[in-house]
Amino acid sequence: MDIAEAKDFYLARFASIEQGLADDGRSWTSEIRRAAIARFAALGFPTTRDEEWRYTNIAPIVKLPFSRGGSEEDGLTGERIGRLDLRNLAENQLVFINGHFSSELSCLGRLPNGVMAGSLAAAMSNSKAKIEPHWARYADYNGHGFVALNTALMEDGAFLFLPQGTVVEAPIHLLFIATAPDEATVSHPRSLIVMDRGSQATVVESYPGFERAVYFTNAVTEIVVGESAVLDHYKVQLESERAFHIATHQVHLERGGNFSSHSIALGGALARNDVNVALDGEGGDCTLNGLYVTTGQQHVDNHTRIDHLKPRCTSRELYKGIMGGKSKGVFNGKIYVHKAAEKTDARQTNKNLLLSEEAWIDTKPQLEIYNNDVKCSHGSTIGQLDQDALFYLRSRGIESRAAIALLTRGFVSDITGRIKSAPVTGWLEKIFAPKIEVITADKGKL
Amino acid sequence: MLIIKNLHARAADSEILRGIDLTVKTGEVHAVMGPNGSGKSTLAHILAGREGYEVTAGEVIYEGKDLLQMAPEERAREGIFLAFQYPVEIPGVSTTYFLKAALNSVRKHRGLAELDAMDFLALVKEKMKLVEMEQGLLNRPINEGFSGGEKKRNEIFQMALLDPKLAILDETDSGLDIDALRIVAGGVNGLRSKERAMIVITHYQRLLDYIVPDYVHVLSDGRIVKSGDKQLALELEERGYAWLEGQVQSS
Ligand SMILES: Nc1ncnc2c1ncn2[C@@H]1O[C@H](COP(=O)(O)OP(=O)(O)O)[C@@H](O)[C@H]1O
Ligand SMILES: [Mg+2]
Repeated sequence: MDIAEAKDFYLARFASIEQGLADDGRSWTSEIRRAAIARFAALGFPTTRDEEWRYTNIAPIVKLPFSRGGSEEDGLTGERIGRLDLRNLAENQLVFINGHFSSELSCLGRLPNGVMAGSLAAAMSNSKAKIEPHWARYADYNGHGFVALNTALMEDGAFLFLPQGTVVEAPIHLLFIATAPDEATVSHPRSLIVMDRGSQATVVESYPGFERAVYFTNAVTEIVVGESAVLDHYKVQLESERAFHIATHQVHLERGGNFSSHSIALGGALARNDVNVALDGEGGDCTLNGLYVTTGQQHVDNHTRIDHLKPRCTSRELYKGIMGGKSKGVFNGKIYVHKAAEKTDARQTNKNLLLSEEAWIDTKPQLEIYNNDVKCSHGSTIGQLDQDALFYLRSRGIESRAAIALLTRGFVSDITGRIKSAPVTGWLEKIFAPKIEVITADKGKL
Repeated sequence: MLIIKNLHARAADSEILRGIDLTVKTGEVHAVMGPNGSGKSTLAHILAGREGYEVTAGEVIYEGKDLLQMAPEERAREGIFLAFQYPVEIPGVSTTYFLKAALNSVRKHRGLAELDAMDFLALVKEKMKLVEMEQGLLNRPINEGFSGGEKKRNEIFQMALLDPKLAILDETDSGLDIDALRIVAGGVNGLRSKERAMIVITHYQRLLDYIVPDYVHVLSDGRIVKSGDKQLALELEERGYAWLEGQVQSS
């Protein structure tokens, strides 16, 4: 397909989706969806002429006529799920297959009264009052073609609601599995997390896919962190090495809210991850940690934007990348301090490690400040493996590959060290190990 | 144990070693002295397998094998240990994890079983005592934020742990105050044995008051210009390196 054909393809898809909405009580979403698809029709797909997409060419995504992925658990045997090794997080788990909620595979432990956790599509039908004030109010379908597409075409995703003062101890795992057994499929998972005043939770969103499967995940998650609420969020992107992944996390923080995030990108042929945070109440606090590890021909783009809208908010951002093989990383982080945001305290750091001659990183930290009474800093570094350190380890008998693995793990240890949830740490340790294997092998080939 | 023959080496565009001959037998302690820039560390690095140097002539035979063909980790497993002049700080890599990996790889090569956590810790504690090293350092990343003295102790402690056949100590005395020097030298002396050879590189004679060598060699401008016994070190201390630089020219 060329770009015009691809656009028509998605516009036609919208027409068929819209008919279904009326039948199950979701017709109230039509108006926004229509606005979103109109914006998509106007915006089209971004190109590298667009400043926000300068380093990422999405042409490969446009070319493929992805079909709509089914909800059947085709090929999703227990063994295959087992391979993903998610047992650590199985206590509260919402499972989505190609974007469709699977109640059979999902399970929830004991949750406090009033906590809602389940399918967003169902909640749109049954709990409109909870959804309508928030859904599509934060993620900007006017400016971002893929967000517009998701808003218009979304079928399902997770909905979490924590009433005032509730605390959920065990992590809630939102698991988006792509199966794509035979043909290339697309899904537009759409999630909404609403944390009411003083509530507290840990949420893990993961996107695993099966080896060599070709598909496209276009995800959007909107998050509202209410007054003094605390959310510890993890996004783990583990798509197949041939998959496409585009995702936006749009976070809205109210007074004294605390949002801490880890965005970990290990998979995908072409992946783009946007995290946007609006600090929209006094004294809000956000910590964005990011880790991207790329091998082979992977391309992983991380965009973050933190808007300091109100006084006395703090933001801390640390993104680290390791690129091996012929892979390419992008970091584009913007901190925007608005006029009203006095006493802002913002720090942003991006550090990159290139493990091969052909690996590449484009890094672009940006700071825009419209208030004088602030403390802000940013910086980025690009480096190679420290040869003195490598020699030191080898001179003690440690084999070259093991030494490289130690150093790369050391490089990311401040990111992994900040993971607060023990089950998440344990799980990540497991999924990180094979990636490190690949990256040291990549390096070994040089 | 170690035979260095006519070793020439260069880095970038400059010739650093210009024909080194040195034979070290099991149980011997050789001191290598010389002014700054004479090539002492280069020699140590080449013996340990550091990349970035080009050997342009000569050979190094270690226990009958061509040492220069071996990877650094192989050399370590075969019993070579270098105590670095400037031990590198490695942020994010736990000292304990590193020591365990190093020890187990060396043990495996020697046909010994890997140590379990308990035995490992017991061994580590025992060896740390040798150089009066604080146990808290184990919880820190490798050498990160260690004082100069702590780094040097850490080197000798690692040597004790890995139990090498040939230890090369590169200016282990530099940057140590007299108390620390005594402790570190005490540790080294504790490791002297009939089964182990040592090459002790130093700029000053001071260290050799504590670690008394069997032989002393003076390196100048990439060549050994004089060899002798411990008296040579004393003589050098008195007369300075300039005395020997004159000799190079006359020879
Ligand atoms: N990797 C290198 N590249 C270029 N020059 C080097 C390198 N290593 C050492 N040299 C040079 O070789 C000479 C000897 O250095 P070194 O072996 O460190 O001496 P010493 O340890 O005796 O002080 C010095 O002039 C130094 O600048
Ligand atoms: Mg030196």
